[in-house]
Amino acid sequence: MSQIWLVPAFPLLGFILNGFLGKRFGTRFVTFVGPLAVGMAFAQSLVLFFQMLEAEGNVLNEHLYTWIASGNFEAGINFTVDQLSGLYLLIITGVGFLIHVYSVGYMKGESGYYRFFAYLNLFVFFMLLLVLGDNFLLMFVGWEGVGLCSYLLIGYYFEKDSAAEAAKKAFLFNRVGDFGVLSAVMLIFLSFGSIEFATVNAEASTRLTEGGTLVTAITLLLFLGATGKSAQIPLFVWLPDAMEGPTPVSALIHAATMVTAGLYMVARLSHLFVLAPFTMNVIAVVGATTAILAATIAITQTDIKRVLAYSTVSQLGYMFLAMGVGAFSAGVFHVMTHAFFKALLFLGSGSVILAIHHEQDMRKMGALKNKLPITYVTMLLGTLAISGIPFFSGFFSKDEILWKAFSSPFGSPWLWFVGFLTAGMTAFYMFRMIYLTFHGESRVDSHVVEHVRESPLSITLPLVILAALAVIGGFFGVPHVFHVIPNGIEVYFHDFFAQIPAGHGNVSTEWTLMILSVIFALFAWFMASRLYHSGFEIASGLRSKWEWAYQLSLNKWYVDELYNSLIIQPGRLLSTHLLWGLFDQNVIDRAVNTTGAVARLVGNTIRPLQNGLIQNYALIFTLGTFLILWYMT
Amino acid sequence: MIPIEHILLLSALLFIIGVLGVMLRRNVIVMFMSIELMLNAVNLSFVTFARSLDSMTGVVFIFFIIVVAAAEAVVGLSIILSIFRTRKTLNIDEFNLLKW
Repeated sequence: MSQIWLVPAFPLLGFILNGFLGKRFGTRFVTFVGPLAVGMAFAQSLVLFFQMLEAEGNVLNEHLYTWIASGNFEAGINFTVDQLSGLYLLIITGVGFLIHVYSVGYMKGESGYYRFFAYLNLFVFFMLLLVLGDNFLLMFVGWEGVGLCSYLLIGYYFEKDSAAEAAKKAFLFNRVGDFGVLSAVMLIFLSFGSIEFATVNAEASTRLTEGGTLVTAITLLLFLGATGKSAQIPLFVWLPDAMEGPTPVSALIHAATMVTAGLYMVARLSHLFVLAPFTMNVIAVVGATTAILAATIAITQTDIKRVLAYSTVSQLGYMFLAMGVGAFSAGVFHVMTHAFFKALLFLGSGSVILAIHHEQDMRKMGALKNKLPITYVTMLLGTLAISGIPFFSGFFSKDEILWKAFSSPFGSPWLWFVGFLTAGMTAFYMFRMIYLTFHGESRVDSHVVEHVRESPLSITLPLVILAALAVIGGFFGVPHVFHVIPNGIEVYFHDFFAQIPAGHGNVSTEWTLMILSVIFALFAWFMASRLYHSGFEIASGLRSKWEWAYQLSLNKWYVDELYNSLIIQPGRLLSTHLLWGLFDQNVIDRAVNTTGAVARLVGNTIRPLQNGLIQNYALIFTLGTFLILWYMT
Repeated sequence: MIPIEHILLLSALLFIIGVLGVMLRRNVIVMFMSIELMLNAVNLSFVTFARSLDSMTGVVFIFFIIVVAAAEAVVGLSIILSIFRTRKTLNIDEFNLLKW
């Protein structure tokens, strides 16, 4: 018996214990229960993962009970572990466990300590539900659940206006995406008569015509949902604002797990998506555009967490680029390596923020290298990984994506070029962050700087483990050109995703492109060190020369302002003048008021009848009787 | 044998006296007695019809009416008593609180 249900059950139990008893039993209890719940889920996930590898067809199924059965519609609480959800399970519970441990140190002394862990457990539960569910409805429960937890955790400091606003923003942007998912699910039920992933994937090619309107509509709507959850154009603006939450939240939700839900859905339905070449192109273009747009914004941000947030958006764009060119396994591979190094970078930044007393502005950092040695080394490793420096994990996954973007039948040299530029910019802004934070002159407040010391073990230990994973994680999927070991990720995912025609291009092209991108990344590193290592003369010179570009990047391409003037303000005008001023006041309010007025009028008219004089009543009663008698005779 | 019309006329007369008593007198006790008078006027018609039609149904009705009247008398008198205790009056026009 595989007992899949145990995996989500542990975090759910953790949520219940922490949420209902955590306040009474105090922090020691919460510290024990919170991480343990996720740790147990991780242990069970490991067991399941190896069972799945040995199982027939690499699938484990479990039917818990039939949730909805109506006509030919059936949705069950069914769990499935296969190659995709197995890998996701390990990422969610593994990285999640490390982040829980980290949170013990990071959230120490916060007033809502138990609340924080309860939400964190609940989040893990919903995320597991999302990847384990074998049908759309169950996935959608998890999908909405992580949205809810995201809202709760971003708004953790709800007494702060900006945090409350950011939480609302995240929730609303996700709602837009949810609309897409729900519509797509209805269309899928109409055309397949089933909402199970297995059925949809198996029957996609027989029930839907390739490139037809229906399949394009379904996949585009699904992709709309994915852009909401995974922060792509046009719905990416919530993610940077989500940095209002505590740093472990940023690491867990907004880097490692929740934002990869959109990618999970696309990968899960690869057989459906390959039937719609138009959607594939849209995904690839949106991914590439998001990647480069977010990278240009990240270059000038001064808030350390915002740099990482835009970097996340940019990396997610990469993953969608991979999905869009049909390189599903490469995309999922990047999800995995990204989970390692981005969680590491966020947690590292959290360690820095904690050390200098909750200061997030990189202009007030600098020269922390010797004060925070462990944080520095681990973050440097993470930066090397994300920048695509050879033999770190990001190098393998990013290179695989770039190569597929170039060579796949869905790809094009242009997509490769955008990805290539983004890779260089990634290296630039990440090393800019490292130099501004850890090198050069100290710009930390003078009375804070004496108190700066390395974070406790519960913070540094997860950093070290994640750093190790970020360094070696890439060897799981070494590209073919190296001829050293087989590409593990492709062996792992063999026959799982939809097959696409083989790409063009040969080994020498692949080598050339790889060397080009490595040289570009090293060049960007060098530029960052020239500009930001010590003294900022060149940087400020460049800035004044390119003032408009600097402003454009610093203000995030004015996307927020654009949405404000295009959607929010017209919406507000429409509401005040038409909906409220005209309809609400004149139609609804008037209808209600008139009802009341009529009742009052009638009451006033007949009220004198009830004058309290019993003999009047008796008189009327008698006259009435006579009237009836007279009428009857 | 007295003709049935005479008895019915008497019953109607008693009933009208009762109705007028309820409508015209101000004393609650008197009104209450008038109500009893009406009930017994009805009883009289019932028993008359039962006799002339040779049927027991009317008699059975009378038993019910007497029982109900007894119960009603208990409730009614206790209400009047408690009102009198608080208001020190039996004038029906003073009992006009139960209105808008």
